[in-house]
Amino acid sequence: MMPKLVPGCQTPAKDGTVIVTESQLVKDSRARVEEALLIDHPIDCPICDKAGECLLQDYHFQHGQAERRADLHAFTSRRRDVGPTVTLFVDRCIMCTRCVRFTREVSGTAELMVSARGSKEEIDIFPGHPLDNKLSGNVVDLCPVGALGDKDFLYQQRVWFMKREANVCGGCSAGCSIHTEHNQDTVYRLKPRENPHVNTWWICDDGRYGWHHIHDTSRLVGAGRRANSSTDRSTDSSTPLEAVEWMEVVPRLRADLKAAGRLAVAVSPMLTVEEAWMLCAVARSIDPQALLAVGYVPRTGEDQTFPGGFTIRAEKCPNRLGVEGVVALFDPSVPSWSRLVEHVRAGHADAAWITGAYPAAWIDDVTAAAFADLTCLVVQDLFDSPLSALATWRLPAAGFAERAGTWVNVAHRAQTFEQAVRPPAGVWPEGRLYWNMLGRRGLYDPTAVRRQIAESSATFAALAGEIPATGVDLRIHQLA
Amino acid sequence: MQPFKPVLLEAVGVPDGQTIASYKSRGGYEPLERLLKEKQPIDVVEMVKASGLRGRGGAGFSTGLKWTFLPKDHPGPIYLCINADESEPGTFNNRILMEDDPHQVIEGIILSAYATRASTAYIYLRYEYPQSWQRLQTAIDEAYAAGYLGKNIKGSGFSLDVYLHRGAAAYICGEETGLIESLEGKRAWPRIKPPFPAIEGLFRKPTVVNIIETMACVAQIARRGVDWFRSIGVPADPNNPRDPGSYGPKLYCLSGHVERPGCYETPLGITARQLIDEYGGGVWKGRKAKAVIPGGISMGLMTESELDTPLDFAGPGKVGCLGLGTAAVVVIDETVSIVDFLHNSCRFFAHESCGQCTPCREGTNWSLRMLERIKAGKGRLRDLDLLAEIGNTMGMMPGSTICGLADGAAWPIKNAIKKFRGEFEDYIKQTNPQGWMVTDPVPALQIVGAH
Repeated sequence: MMPKLVPGCQTPAKDGTVIVTESQLVKDSRARVEEALLIDHPIDCPICDKAGECLLQDYHFQHGQAERRADLHAFTSRRRDVGPTVTLFVDRCIMCTRCVRFTREVSGTAELMVSARGSKEEIDIFPGHPLDNKLSGNVVDLCPVGALGDKDFLYQQRVWFMKREANVCGGCSAGCSIHTEHNQDTVYRLKPRENPHVNTWWICDDGRYGWHHIHDTSRLVGAGRRANSSTDRSTDSSTPLEAVEWMEVVPRLRADLKAAGRLAVAVSPMLTVEEAWMLCAVARSIDPQALLAVGYVPRTGEDQTFPGGFTIRAEKCPNRLGVEGVVALFDPSVPSWSRLVEHVRAGHADAAWITGAYPAAWIDDVTAAAFADLTCLVVQDLFDSPLSALATWRLPAAGFAERAGTWVNVAHRAQTFEQAVRPPAGVWPEGRLYWNMLGRRGLYDPTAVRRQIAESSATFAALAGEIPATGVDLRIHQLA
Repeated sequence: MQPFKPVLLEAVGVPDGQTIASYKSRGGYEPLERLLKEKQPIDVVEMVKASGLRGRGGAGFSTGLKWTFLPKDHPGPIYLCINADESEPGTFNNRILMEDDPHQVIEGIILSAYATRASTAYIYLRYEYPQSWQRLQTAIDEAYAAGYLGKNIKGSGFSLDVYLHRGAAAYICGEETGLIESLEGKRAWPRIKPPFPAIEGLFRKPTVVNIIETMACVAQIARRGVDWFRSIGVPADPNNPRDPGSYGPKLYCLSGHVERPGCYETPLGITARQLIDEYGGGVWKGRKAKAVIPGGISMGLMTESELDTPLDFAGPGKVGCLGLGTAAVVVIDETVSIVDFLHNSCRFFAHESCGQCTPCREGTNWSLRMLERIKAGKGRLRDLDLLAEIGNTMGMMPGSTICGLADGAAWPIKNAIKKFRGEFEDYIKQTNPQGWMVTDPVPALQIVGAH
């Protein structure tokens, strides 16, 4: 007797169980399922955003049959709005119900459901309850076909034109593993990258759609210096910025800071470990007594944990622990941002170097005013701020996909990543500037810096070797 | 053959037969009190097992054996679900029992719960049965008042609560795991088995699912004894070790083109011809039968020449039908077009497919669309091969779906194509003289302009 078909993934194995996966019966059955799936599918691949990364295409190519025997006219193009981020192409759906399960099991919000029955069934939302939660974008990744479309990405780019770079989300201290998908130095979307230690398969919508700032036209571009600011306190925002060639920035910045005297440096938690370490080294080479402090740490609300275990962190920067670890190597008291502000306000500093790279406004006029009387103020940031208006040196910063290095997330997991896209013309990523200011030769090489840090520090010893794609726990040697 | 005196249906025609007083006057609840006092649960299981009672819901699985699949020494709770979602077309035997003798059903439920150590029983009632709902609820209230339900029943230390749940009118809720999902408040998508409900069922606890008529049989076995039950019906085939025999009385629902449709109680094993001629008064208007559905539409078709098949658990399978099913015999007379019959059958299953498994969801729809095209005069002989292929490949038997709904949809298709192929071919040739022989694919996609 021929054993009947069973779902291999659902059949408990017993001693002696043999699952045959390539018999003619199995192949025919797969082909029939593929045929059945296409009966109700519009096959509108040329206008479908999923084409090129569609599992239905792949499986049909692998298992399907060339001839369409069904005579049903499936082509309709009903589109239904299911929420602020997601749109549903009703007829492309093959009813796998992954999205329904996701909203019930992972996000716990249960907005999606199956309505109607048989071949008329559809994914739908409950009336008046749109798919609106912080994880909603994940249902688009889960969708094996083009039924659920990401409104942010829809019709922006064909997937086969894009390249993907393994990256880490800089939206919060969770440090989710992502793929940055880009074409010609333009990012088009972020996708979660599976990492069992950090984000499993998901990312939140804050991170997923939180990359637009790197293509913002109001970003700072080009290094600028206000003239006649080296004597006394004469800088004001009305003085025009003089553009400075990057290769000239290196010696002139050093000279200005040296001339000013006592230095205070804010090391932004948006920087990588390597950049932070080089910045500290540069600062100490200018002023051996320089105050090195962890930069401003943005926080919003409280940590938010979903029923599936995914957590969005309140701390909206990716590398506070990494920067703290670096600063501790130079100053075991690990001064904070508020200590630096007090330090400057009390007149203990003549010069300050504030690194930012924050995607959103972060400093108010009152705090910025503390820096108004400095001889030399260096501000390195993505956007203009009350602080940059006072700056002697206004330097641009790199966006998250434009840097390379290591970030340490809230659970002490260090993840390294490569640069995904080049920054806009006129922007040197921080690492490149510090590398040159340290007088090192050639192109900025984060790996060399990382090795150097690992050799000189117990905190970062785990970074010495090859770092797996899922990162490494910095406490690993402490746990052992 | 001497007429069989109805047992399960003895209350039919009795004035106020649905009341507890009437039921007790006929000897009801006495065996329950006796068994609760004298017997252990395991004895009741053994009694039902010894009787050879097979589930009346369709699959014909041994009821006593099913109960023994429950885990031993389970800390509980164990649930008993009574399937009263009687949706198979042509079936109304449980409705008669619920409306005319609900206490017989409740006594069976109490006994079964005692045997399975369940302290909660749910009756999942079809939405379309308002009178059953009222009468069952009244009977449950009466049983509570008389102390047959609730805490410490008749001082035995055994407690049982019975809840009557009214479904929302979906065929799939009659599938046992679909019923369980629906009871849990979810969409009635059947579960993959294993695990079977006896291991992990309602609220992920061990669960027994039985049908109303089985419960009535349990009550009668308790009252009249195992020997009485085994004296009725068809003994096991000695040449087939897999055949456990078909014992006991059975309610046959006779409908369609007969003179006297109705629910008749006879011993298992009556032939379809006997049932139609002796109970139903023959095919109506002096016509001949063309085909007979042996047990609900999903069991397939028997032709006129196969009517001498005994309607026991093994009989219909011998002539290519799926089985006895619910024993709902529907007679189709010679004037009916088999194309119309199959169209109607496909329409039902396309409407009721829950849509979880692809072969069933799309197969039922595809077969319906093909029959619509055939009826519209655009059929081709090739369509019959496609229909037969759909019929042969969808369902639990080939292993392509989770539950048996697809088998039920497939059997009428493949029986009709196999047994009445000539009629289909004639129909197609006559209605589509130009195109019946075309074998090219029918164009599926319309040319779509810019949009």
